[in-house]
Amino acid sequence: MPTITFIRPDGARRDLAVAEGTSLMQGATSQGLDGIVAECGGNAMCATCHVYVDEAWAGRLPPLSEDEDALLEGAAAERLPTSRLSCQIVATADLDGLVVRLPDRQV
Amino acid sequence: MMERQQGSVPAAPATLLAGAVHVSGAPVVDVDPFSTEFFEDPHRIHEALREAGPVVWLPRWSVHAVARYEEVRAVLHDPATFCSGRGVGLSDFAKEKPWRPQSLILEADPPAHGRTRAVLNRVLSPAVMKTLRERFQAAAHRLVDALVARGEIDAVADLAEAFPLSVFPDAVGLREEGREHLLPYAGLAFNAFGPPNELRQRALDTAAPHVAWVMEQCRRENLKPGGFGAAIHEAADAGAITHDEAPLLVRSLLTAGLDTTVNGIGAAIYCLARFPEAWAALRADPGLARAAFEEAVRFESPVQTFFRTTTQAVEIGGARLDEGSKVLMFLGAANRDPRRWDEPDRYDPTRSTVGHVGFGSGIHMCVGQLLGRLEGEVMLSALAAKVGSITITGPVVRRYNNTLRGLERLPVTLTAA
Ligand code: HEM
Ligand code: FES
Repeated sequence: MPTITFIRPDGARRDLAVAEGTSLMQGATSQGLDGIVAECGGNAMCATCHVYVDEAWAGRLPPLSEDEDALLEGAAAERLPTSRLSCQIVATADLDGLVVRLPDRQV
Repeated sequence: MMERQQGSVPAAPATLLAGAVHVSGAPVVDVDPFSTEFFEDPHRIHEALREAGPVVWLPRWSVHAVARYEEVRAVLHDPATFCSGRGVGLSDFAKEKPWRPQSLILEADPPAHGRTRAVLNRVLSPAVMKTLRERFQAAAHRLVDALVARGEIDAVADLAEAFPLSVFPDAVGLREEGREHLLPYAGLAFNAFGPPNELRQRALDTAAPHVAWVMEQCRRENLKPGGFGAAIHEAADAGAITHDEAPLLVRSLLTAGLDTTVNGIGAAIYCLARFPEAWAALRADPGLARAAFEEAVRFESPVQTFFRTTTQAVEIGGARLDEGSKVLMFLGAANRDPRRWDEPDRYDPTRSTVGHVGFGSGIHMCVGQLLGRLEGEVMLSALAAKVGSITITGPVVRRYNNTLRGLERLPVTLTAA
């Protein structure tokens, strides 16, 4: 299973194994990670699963959809060029070692 | 009507047919989920429905139903097989004329649904919510101050209805006169999703004046600039929808945007009044307000049910459904399915509610969910800041509706913090 590293705003790191084919959001919330709220349950409707993808990885993810782009405009924390919705990133073998940072707030 | 695989039992009342199975393979459960008995206590019957099997047959209305989390979610996430375009009530639009022009979003299927949905997604987006937050917060604080000063209130009329009425019609851009039509209109539209029972009949008999007022307000000239209504008409200017479609999309907001949040906020107050630990937790940490609202939506499921119609023969939960079968989804039962939730009958604002289906799920998942949450959050955080206790002081009276679960009256005393 790919391992994804989540870094909290205070610097604390957590490595989570996320099954291939499930989203980072699902992997994180099912393992009790605080900091991803995911109010809409992964339906790409709420922008409360916002993460910043580590720069080194940003170019290696599938591009943003139009919907994801519009939702990120309304994210509670600052939007950065590396902002993504974690419910829209599906774990694959290629993403083993991916590092994402959590924003200071989701709502 | 009801058919059995073992044909030996004569025409006995269906309640006696324990173990009976419909030809589809679904166990028969003879309950009426649109009866006052059910509205008073749905949980016992929800349990019976869940335990009977993954898919059941309700002879009372000749319809299949799903009440377990897994099957409800599966139906919600397969719109190609379980469509909305033939109506999300019991009535099949392929056989019966809809009581009003069909909704362009709720009662639409892909690809048409995607076009209208994209418009409302933008009108009710997270970015738009940011612009409303302060105004809604201030309105919640004003109302709570006034209610605390009064002390004894009806938490339904004075709070759960009063608050959304003080923010939502303005956010849409409605004029002041005639707003008293809004709740009756929504009440009747949600009753109309139900079977042809007395509630539905009465709703349709009394509909005309409310329908006329609502349709009139959906026209561009009656919507103030800057509101959701005007934004929908601007989407027509931009070519995203046609000018004929815009009023009907405004109507969707007027149907679905008020009574739902009334019942959501009412559910949250009723929960907080009954679960002192939850109230104490919210007082100690007003940051729990949004989660406390969300958990109330799971726990009470203000929108209890919707239907789908099969577009082809399909096997689900061991039952074989023909094309054109109506399927009733019990959102409220799924939200308390012990297969999915620990201690489902406990209201706990600190639990993870991710994946509950109180706002639906999949392509039709509530487009107004962020607005609903915003209203719920600002109201509960105002209460947490200003109110010390919420005590129920008189008989709690339930309101009967074929789709919505909520109260008619909730007498409480609020004490100042
Ligand atoms: C607590 C409050 C609310 C609850 C519990 C709720 C519940 C739901 C549910 C369960 C659905 C799914 C219908 C289906 O799958 O067939 C839905 C859809 C919808 N809701 Fe809400 N709702 C709420 C608030 C709102 C608000 C505030 C608005 C508008 C401002 C709204 C507008 C809509 C619309 C237009 C749809 C249809 C979406 C589509 O078909 O794509 N709702 N809602
Ligand atoms: S969980 Fe709601 S947008 Fe990702």
